[in-house]
Amino acid sequence: MAVKILAETLLSIEHITKSFGDNTVLDDLSLAVHKGEVIVVVGPSGCGKSTLLRCINALEPIQAGEIRLDGEIIEPNSKNITELRQKVGMVFQSYDLFPHLSVLDNILLAPCKVQKRAKAEVTAEAMTLLERVGLKDKAKSFPRELSGGQKQRVAIVRALCMHPEMLLFDEVTAALDPEMVREVLDVILQLAAQGRTMLIVTHEMQFARAIADRVIFLDGGKILEDAPPEEFFTNPKTDRARQFLHIFEFEAVKHHEPQEL
Amino acid sequence: MPDLGLNVLLQGKNMARLLGGLWVALRISLIAVVISIPLGILLGILMAGKNPVIKAILRVYLEFIRIMPQMVLLFLGFFGTTRAFGWDLSAEFAAIIVFTLWGTAEMSDLVRGAIISIPKHQYESSQALGLSKRQTYLYVILPQATRRLIPLSINLITRMIKTTSLVLMIGVVEVLKVAQQIIEANRMVSPNAAFGIYLTVFVLYFLACWPISLLARHLEKKWR
Repeated sequence: MAVKILAETLLSIEHITKSFGDNTVLDDLSLAVHKGEVIVVVGPSGCGKSTLLRCINALEPIQAGEIRLDGEIIEPNSKNITELRQKVGMVFQSYDLFPHLSVLDNILLAPCKVQKRAKAEVTAEAMTLLERVGLKDKAKSFPRELSGGQKQRVAIVRALCMHPEMLLFDEVTAALDPEMVREVLDVILQLAAQGRTMLIVTHEMQFARAIADRVIFLDGGKILEDAPPEEFFTNPKTDRARQFLHIFEFEAVKHHEPQEL
Repeated sequence: MPDLGLNVLLQGKNMARLLGGLWVALRISLIAVVISIPLGILLGILMAGKNPVIKAILRVYLEFIRIMPQMVLLFLGFFGTTRAFGWDLSAEFAAIIVFTLWGTAEMSDLVRGAIISIPKHQYESSQALGLSKRQTYLYVILPQATRRLIPLSINLITRMIKTTSLVLMIGVVEVLKVAQQIIEANRMVSPNAAFGIYLTVFVLYFLACWPISLLARHLEKKWR
């Protein structure tokens, strides 16, 4: 894999702490994301992966530290928060399309109403992107008529149409049937090939290995490992990461039976 | 067929009087509906909001109106205001005020329920797309809430129309009062008229409410 020459820092997270009541979810966490970089965040459930993404999009307030995008501080209450959010596209685990709007209208809503762009121009762009994800003929359909995988691809197109500088994916395949997972991951792989900056939370380890420039291993609200995928998956530095990766391996039980039963 | 005394309807201006009475009932309920639906939507949005003081005040208003039987509210609105403030409201005007207060309270609770039934991730994905609070409500939350509201608010409208039968208690001559007058006047000559006249009243109420139900079903299908 070619080593990317890292450009300027797009997102910088400095010593952030996030807690819900007494429960500290993110603990003095720092991370820098460079332009064009694909970072995959893995870790056991409850380790703060999703919370990290939600803080970056200011859906959750943080108690300490700061998050800067292009040098500007991201905070739920800052005046230009809607402008900052436009620079960050986010796709959630739950299918979050607007059920009362058609696929096309779902995509058009924010570019037309928030960015005040011309409808014809956005429509043309939306149709091109829908075609690229194989859903051009679904433009007039409603979300209830789509499968889970199709909904997630539409959600990705909806985020892309805002021309974000960075994309956040929060376990976008976790709620999907196995055969739908691939079609969504393929779209994300295409985006990586285009050089998009992405922060991806996922449980698909094979996918993480294929797409990541860096893998971040999060546990207890701290970054325990930050390494290239090959290094992380073949030779993790911490015991905790080794244990975690072990979950994804299965011993062949059928071959050495039946000794104890 | 038993004698229902329907011939009474054809005597004099009886049918026209019944229809006139129906119009009085409909006028009260429709004016109240037209005022209380937008007001209810506004209050419902406030009740679903975050301001604890406003929420508490609206809660008290809603519970007060809801706990009171409509009849008591009518007495308060008509006789009570005269006694307490010396107001001389016409019975029909007092009825419109009471029905508006009642409709607004019920509507606001329906709106509140519809708004909080919209899942949290609808708000979050709107925010993530850069929509402001106002835009989120305008383009995402309210259109979805409206679709959930339609059957409930239609039900409220028909309930308001039917409940106007109580306003005869404060002396408004609406369809039921006219029916009673006609029955009383013909008690000797046509003792069975009670059946026929009340049957007619039933049909009139049905004809008034049925188209509204049809509209509701149509909208529900269209927006499913």
